[in-house]
Amino acid sequence: MFNRTAIAPLEYTRTLWMRSWVGLIMLFLYAPLIVLMIFSFNDSKRNVVWKGFTLKYYEKALNNDSLVEAMVNSLTIAFLATIISLVIGALAAVMLWRFRFPFKGLVEGTMSLPIIVPEICLGVAFLIFFAMVDWPTDLPWPLNLSAITIAHITFCFPFVAMVVRARLASFNKEEEEAAKDLGATEWQAFRDVLLPHIKPSLVAGALLAFTLSLDDFVITFFTSGPDTITFPVKVYSMVRFSVTPEVNAASTILIILTVALTFIALKYQGVKGISDAH
Amino acid sequence: MTETKIPIIQIRNVSKRFGKVTAVDNVSLDIRAGEFFVLLGPSGCGKTTLLRMIAGFELPTEGQILIDGQDMSLVPPNKRPVNMVFQSYAVFPHMNVTDNVGYGLRIAGVSKGEIRDRVAEALQLVKLGGFEDRMPDQMSGGQRQRVALARSLVMRPKVLLLDEPLSALDAKLRAQMQFELADLQDKVGITFVTVTHDQDEALSMASRVAVINKGEVAQLAPPSDLYEYPANRFVADFVGSVNIFEGTLTLDEPDKAAVDCPGLGKVYLNHGVTGPHGANVWIALRPEKIYLHVPGEGKAVRAAAQDAPDGHNLARGTIKGMSYLGDVTLYDIQLEGGQIIRVSRPNLSRHDQDDFTWEDKVSMHWRADSPVVLLS
Repeated sequence: MFNRTAIAPLEYTRTLWMRSWVGLIMLFLYAPLIVLMIFSFNDSKRNVVWKGFTLKYYEKALNNDSLVEAMVNSLTIAFLATIISLVIGALAAVMLWRFRFPFKGLVEGTMSLPIIVPEICLGVAFLIFFAMVDWPTDLPWPLNLSAITIAHITFCFPFVAMVVRARLASFNKEEEEAAKDLGATEWQAFRDVLLPHIKPSLVAGALLAFTLSLDDFVITFFTSGPDTITFPVKVYSMVRFSVTPEVNAASTILIILTVALTFIALKYQGVKGISDAH
Repeated sequence: MTETKIPIIQIRNVSKRFGKVTAVDNVSLDIRAGEFFVLLGPSGCGKTTLLRMIAGFELPTEGQILIDGQDMSLVPPNKRPVNMVFQSYAVFPHMNVTDNVGYGLRIAGVSKGEIRDRVAEALQLVKLGGFEDRMPDQMSGGQRQRVALARSLVMRPKVLLLDEPLSALDAKLRAQMQFELADLQDKVGITFVTVTHDQDEALSMASRVAVINKGEVAQLAPPSDLYEYPANRFVADFVGSVNIFEGTLTLDEPDKAAVDCPGLGKVYLNHGVTGPHGANVWIALRPEKIYLHVPGEGKAVRAAAQDAPDGHNLARGTIKGMSYLGDVTLYDIQLEGGQIIRVSRPNLSRHDQDDFTWEDKVSMHWRADSPVVLLS
């Protein structure tokens, strides 16, 4: 704390006020999450007073069939929505980057609409749309999740497209020409040169899409049927009765799951690669 | 250099228009097998477009390009027997040197053993032995360029196209690469077609140069002809440094000619120019072909009189600017008519032998074979 050497102008992290400020921000960001995690181990029905350490609410949460089912549903939807958004989003980005065509601006604008339009509107729109086309609701698992998955793809793929497009801006087109010059076909040039270049943005886009889908409540609420409860919707219905440590436990599991997933993705791609994506 | 008369590339009446802009305007030229051909011109003159049309990245709006006698109109870039070294080098950043150089061979389905041998051979050729496992971001610009060169040469193309190959290198390295490229071309015997805006590059490497101006070929000639016998004012001015004076053709016989330039004086030539008598012409005079004398015309007059009639090929003026460049000194001299003429003088001794300085009055003369008469 008390260094003998003088503090250089750019050594912000060594000044006291800067450290306090960073500390405050960290507290502001993470205090609620930490409280949630701590109270998942609280041996009390109420979430207010600390009564002692227990793991019984984890046991209870994992034995709650409908909660586990909601969790599995959520993960399945997120997985499917991510894969499909990745393909559509990347292709849309490449199309907008490479080609000139009439009404390109319009296409670009409408594509990012799902990002701008308030979720509640999208939710209602989907509700009406699926009712109108008479989308079957009594399909076996996982087909019964199709309505939610489609809705999630709609608002996930523009994010993927945005990230990939940003990455494409730094692509040197001469590299692709060089590949073709050396004998590569259109597809080979895409696979060997363009794809490796946008790979970090695909990882970043997938992470974005996955987390967006996993924690979406509003749109899911409007598109889910009676048998297709997702985790956020389930938690909401549980909280309506009382906030039990069971909810805390389930949430903690979800947090750890997403953090672990992000960590693996970063590890696989390298932090540098992902920050390069922008 | 092995020069045969068979054209490896034939460009026939090729034009390229982008919307209303004409980048290449009805160009026809033949590139011979084994030569080092340079397309020289200012930026935006269409030389790169021409090169990209040979590579197949652009299609001609009109006309035809033949490589080795075959019409290339419907042949995509990946099927053409040419390879290109790009201005940005376009080395694949996620592949190491070996994979970069071997890429084309892998696509072509060449066996692993042969790829290994040919990549090693190509790397040896561009003096990159020992760099096999390097990634491009661990290499300098010059080294990356060698990778790009090796990657193209390993394909054994009929023609190697180079887009501004030296523009991104520093001056010393550029001079070195000029020699190395010429040497390499000699060694592999492949036809090189290079695009550049740098006249030094063109003059030092090329066997023939096409000077391009506004999408048209302004002159096609070997480097020395380009410099000593420019076809028009654009070429004279673009290649090297030159003084240009407007004048009237007053005498034109098979073995002599004279031009009266209001700005410079009477110019005498010891050869004919085949222009109409009284025609408006331009005199181009290179700075290094003008001799400078101390004031007092005696010496200049005597020197000029050796090969020109009295009162010709002489001028007087005042030094208005000097730049010492080490090997030569450039003088900007204001003539009596007010125009500025540039004279360069080699620094033969370590001191200025005549002690010229600003505002000195000087006399000049030049030989009768030095001026070039330009009709356009």
